[in-house]
Amino acid sequence: MQEFLQQLVNGITWGSIYALIALGYTMVYGILRLINFAHGDVYMVGAFVAFFAARLVGAPGPVSPVAAVLVLLTAMAACALLGMGIERGAYKPLRKSPRLTALITAIGVSLLLENLGIIVFGPDPKFFPQIVAPRQMELIHGVLVGRHQIIILGVSLLLMTLLQLVVLKTKIGKAMRAVSFNRQAASLMGISTDNVITFTFAIGSALAAAAGVLVGLSNPKIDPLMGIMPGIKAFVAAVLGGIGNIPGAMVGGLLMGIAEVMVVGYVSSTFRDAIAFALLIVILLVKPTGLFGTGMAEKV
Amino acid sequence: MFFGRRESLKGIAFHLCLFVAVLVAFSCLSCGKKTGEIRIGEFGSLTGTTATFGISTKNGIDLAISEINSAGGVLGKPLSVIVEDDQGKPEEAATAVRKLVEQDRVIAVLGEVASSRTLAGAPFCQNAGVPLITPSSTNPKVTEVGNYIFRVCFIDPFQGKAGAVFAYDSLGARKAAILRDIKNDYSVGLAEFFTTTFVARGGKIVGDESYSEGDIDFKAQLTSMKGKAPDVIFVPGYYTEVGLIARQARELGITAPLVGGDGWVSDRLIEIGGAALNGCYFTNHYWDGDPDPNVQRFVTTYKTRFGSSPDALAALAYDAAKLLAASLKKLGDVDASGFATLLSAPTAKNEKLRKDTLAKLRDIIASTLDFPGVTGSISIDGNRNAVKPAVFIKIENGQYKFVGKVLP
Repeated sequence: MQEFLQQLVNGITWGSIYALIALGYTMVYGILRLINFAHGDVYMVGAFVAFFAARLVGAPGPVSPVAAVLVLLTAMAACALLGMGIERGAYKPLRKSPRLTALITAIGVSLLLENLGIIVFGPDPKFFPQIVAPRQMELIHGVLVGRHQIIILGVSLLLMTLLQLVVLKTKIGKAMRAVSFNRQAASLMGISTDNVITFTFAIGSALAAAAGVLVGLSNPKIDPLMGIMPGIKAFVAAVLGGIGNIPGAMVGGLLMGIAEVMVVGYVSSTFRDAIAFALLIVILLVKPTGLFGTGMAEKV
Repeated sequence: MFFGRRESLKGIAFHLCLFVAVLVAFSCLSCGKKTGEIRIGEFGSLTGTTATFGISTKNGIDLAISEINSAGGVLGKPLSVIVEDDQGKPEEAATAVRKLVEQDRVIAVLGEVASSRTLAGAPFCQNAGVPLITPSSTNPKVTEVGNYIFRVCFIDPFQGKAGAVFAYDSLGARKAAILRDIKNDYSVGLAEFFTTTFVARGGKIVGDESYSEGDIDFKAQLTSMKGKAPDVIFVPGYYTEVGLIARQARELGITAPLVGGDGWVSDRLIEIGGAALNGCYFTNHYWDGDPDPNVQRFVTTYKTRFGSSPDALAALAYDAAKLLAASLKKLGDVDASGFATLLSAPTAKNEKLRKDTLAKLRDIIASTLDFPGVTGSISIDGNRNAVKPAVFIKIENGQYKFVGKVLP
């Protein structure tokens, strides 16, 4: 039981990382019907921006909480800009092209970011500075929770709540929902769809950057190809929850993280990656719209 | 611009002729040229997840070669090294060795640290009859590729066995858990030989978990290990993962010491693992604090040239290059005309002589006995493996401490 609870804690921590990345996939898909394959690489860039930002504020070694938050915000801001740049530069010119064109462009952007990362940062792994010192506490008897895990969970929950507030309570959130519902109609109602789309990319990329920083903090090894696997798995998580659905992405991410850790803990680590794709196949066979997805009519 | 069908065909034919002419001109240039130097190939992971392996190895070889060349080379002929980066990927390693052997026509190849990469490259050397000396691939399969493949380090059965003996006898461990890199020949090999020896002594393997290179989260495996309360955890992996494993083990409250092999050897190990590695042990090929004057001279010259203390991989690479040079010198002493053919790229005329000479070089390397290396005295056995002792190192406050030697 104790072991199971410990695995659950590990799984939830990873799950919230997947959830943060999955949100970006699902929001972009909801609005553009585009699977942004470059999203996992934005996560990587986020980790690297934080890596350099942390050096400026005095890493290696623990820094003050304010500086740590500053590092996180810098990475998020930089990736928001990057996301906007990708959207404006790569996807916007293709708005009128077939969806496949945009999809292939997304793969191209992903490869570009990975290889630029190899050139700029170097291909060897970097050690992410421990800007928050690790410390453990006992949750209940024998189940340990690390400070990093609490930070991951806390920051993810905070960002997800903020996102829900933005989407449900603000004017731009309303515009996002409108564009997602019907882009043409929204633009006829006077919504600047291009700005809404750019804004969506900015938010999604900032969330991915946050995930990158959190992973760097708790598993301090980062390299330019670190985004590939988590990116794919977060995409599966988004599909699992129902792509285009924000709460679905959160739940999908958590389920994915827990499933992965349980499989490694109780079966074999060789199934770590297999479980994600097994889940994808099962969900596509049983409920193609995902757990929370509603079967909406295909819009053209 | 518009060409008629005729003209365009003519144009193509003309360009083809030109291309062929240039090709012929170039191939003649290279085939007839006397280089006057002995070309040696080197392949290694200068970039990638195990980049420090390749860089240390290159430094060790560079140091040995420059020492040999400044002392007049081998029988007055300088050695030159052609280095290929395999990015830490077996498929790239195969390409690199193929290029060295078929295009650069080197007379011997030095390289790879990772057994899986040496294994990918070795068949090309074997087929072409070019001796390959791996400084630090410890998997037994490597030299089983063929009679042109050698190594100057001990092998996994010995290292796995030494780990088990050390854990059982010196640490008094009775229950051991293993965390191996399932996709890596080296790691799997070490884990298997550890298991055999540990069980044979009366110990018990309570957990056998695995991961894949590149993983960053090991908490699931470690959590299921923790429940079985092992006295020691054997982690025969590479430094990038070992550092993270140590951290996460301590975060989960596991206090059992980690024991590993020479894959831990890197300056980055402590950087990644930090205080979590205190009280952990690993086998190594040599110890840079060894009072032997030969070792100390090597350590000092290495430090002045590269600014850091040489790790075992650098020391082994240094020994491999020195052993090759010594064998070349012996070859030149017994067969001057054969030695001369090695100085230039082969022509159709001397291809056979060159092949025979390389076979002689192979025999000379195979007969190495008590070669005085900085990693100990090296003798090559019938399976082309080096017979030599291993040292145990303990990590204490980020420093390496010598614990003891295990003889073969």
